[in-house]
Amino acid sequence: MSDLLVVDGISKSFRGLRAVSRASLTVPKGGIVGLIGPNGAGKTTCFNMIAGVYKPDEGSVTLDGRRIDGLRPDLICHAGVGRTFQIVKPFKELTALDNVMVGALHTESDTRRAKREAEAVLDRLGMLEKRNQPAGQLTLPERKRLEVARALATKPRILLLDEVMAGLRPTETDQMVAVFRDLNQREGLTILLIEHVMRAVMALSQQVVVLHHGEVIARGDPQAVVRDPAVLECYLGEEAEI
Amino acid sequence: MIAGLYERLLDGVPRRALLLLGLLLIAMLVAPLLVDPYLLSILILVLYFAYTGQAWNVMMGFCGQLSLGHSLYVGLAAYTSAALYVHFQLPPTIGALAAISISMAFGAGIGFLAFRFGIGGTYFALLTIAFAEFTRVGFDHFAWVNGSGGFFLPVEQYTRNDVLNLRGRPVMFYYLLLALTVAAFVFCRWLLTGRIGYYWQAIREDQEAAQTLGINTFRYKMLAVLISSGMTALSGVFFAFYYNNLFPEQIFNISRSIELILGPIIGGLGSLFGPILGAFVLTLLAEGLYETLHGLGYDIPGIKHVFYGICLAAVIMYLPHGIWPPLRRKLGLETRQ
Ligand SMILES: Nc1ncnc2c1ncn2[C@@H]1O[C@H](COP(=O)(O)OP(=O)(O)OP(=O)(O)O)[C@@H](O)[C@H]1O
Ligand SMILES: [Mg+2]
Repeated sequence: MSDLLVVDGISKSFRGLRAVSRASLTVPKGGIVGLIGPNGAGKTTCFNMIAGVYKPDEGSVTLDGRRIDGLRPDLICHAGVGRTFQIVKPFKELTALDNVMVGALHTESDTRRAKREAEAVLDRLGMLEKRNQPAGQLTLPERKRLEVARALATKPRILLLDEVMAGLRPTETDQMVAVFRDLNQREGLTILLIEHVMRAVMALSQQVVVLHHGEVIARGDPQAVVRDPAVLECYLGEEAEI
Repeated sequence: MIAGLYERLLDGVPRRALLLLGLLLIAMLVAPLLVDPYLLSILILVLYFAYTGQAWNVMMGFCGQLSLGHSLYVGLAAYTSAALYVHFQLPPTIGALAAISISMAFGAGIGFLAFRFGIGGTYFALLTIAFAEFTRVGFDHFAWVNGSGGFFLPVEQYTRNDVLNLRGRPVMFYYLLLALTVAAFVFCRWLLTGRIGYYWQAIREDQEAAQTLGINTFRYKMLAVLISSGMTALSGVFFAFYYNNLFPEQIFNISRSIELILGPIIGGLGSLFGPILGAFVLTLLAEGLYETLHGLGYDIPGIKHVFYGICLAAVIMYLPHGIWPPLRRKLGLETRQ
């Protein structure tokens, strides 16, 4: 299988703090890769570099053979990367449907057709009955799902999910997992997900990459990685979560 | 094509809203037959603020870019069309094109500077004020249009209305403004229901999220400024030919910029009917207050501005989204989905 996303040795420092240090990872076409690590490990910063919020200090990001590092976020969306924000960014005054329509209009300039697409995406995430609610009135788990819906509506080739299961009840987590598995298997959507909820990571990922203090300390098969002593060490004190 | 356009403009609009709009339009069409010249001049003012407020709303209400210097576009367009008319006898209906171009060029300059260098929020607002102020100072020394001494259009007693040259009686200006206001309303509805409207609102709500969804925020913010400044230019052409005298000190004044944004803020930022409602409420109440006090023998200078201030404070405290959203709910005119 060829790689859709190749992240090669990217680093980012904030005023001397090295948030990400020479991190590399690859996501195969049609694959699901989990990116885990303790708080402050640099996971979101990695996403921000892939999605164009920050230009990496060094290293490169390649999507299907094309360099995308340093491009503007909207151009990276054009290239086929969709992302959600860990700290959700809903368009508060717009309804849930209009939020998703903004995403759908990326590939469909006709508003009536975009509306139908947006409705289909909302339906898929179990949010259809909320479509006329202003996004500012949704609960946090609903806003997380709205983030996913909006990104999905742009029809990305790879979806970057930043802790979208946080705060969900176990049954809701299982529903979300089922949605992503379905998208992956039926539509071939490639997914890179940051997640603290190990239940979801283990259920979805074919491969896991572990980040600690900005560096990749382990990678590979999920079952093997969670037994890796170095991984267990870095999670010490947070062990309950694993 | 036409059917699709029709459908797009009316999609989700309740019957009642159309009915009420139709009634309002009819009332506005027959109003000049029923009112005295003084009331007509007030209605002209209402329409002027409704139209200009709508133009400003495109930038702030739709796209979230606060301009506190829209008097710049009014003034530039007023001077351009007036100077072309006086110096070259160019009819303002044609001069308007030049006026629109110049206003848009200045808008493009401000937009480019601000958006290219990431100037947003308060700093963007300050930049718009600065441009209006610089231009005012420039016009104070612009001999071709008589500098601070003021620029005047020849006036005579009009027996007939010459629409091409915008020479005529107030009623002609009234109908022209009414047509402009209706056209702007429909045009803005068209914008809001299209991709551009969704993109603007996304930028207004959260620029970073908008960009992540593939929106070229620079381009769409530029479009908002260009469309808004172009629309505002027509207010300037009207201003020049209705009032027939232009002073840089007045027309570019920041108080003029503030005056024209009060309507949309009080009516309802970002809504289509807000600027129209706001213009009616503010202008009629302010004039009413003025006349009442005047009738009682009080002439208090600046009373209108005090009144504007009170209205603004009241709306910001009690109705942060303006009068229109709660009124719309009361009237049962919420859009269907
Ligand atoms: N814009 C920024 N400016 C300064 N420091 C930052 C910035 N963004 C992140 N950091 C710092 O970089 C480090 C990595 O942060 P990051 O958000 O990438 O971690 P994370 O792995 O996503 O953590 P979490 O699991 O808590 O979301 C942290 O120490 C954080 O404080
Ligand atoms: Mg994070």
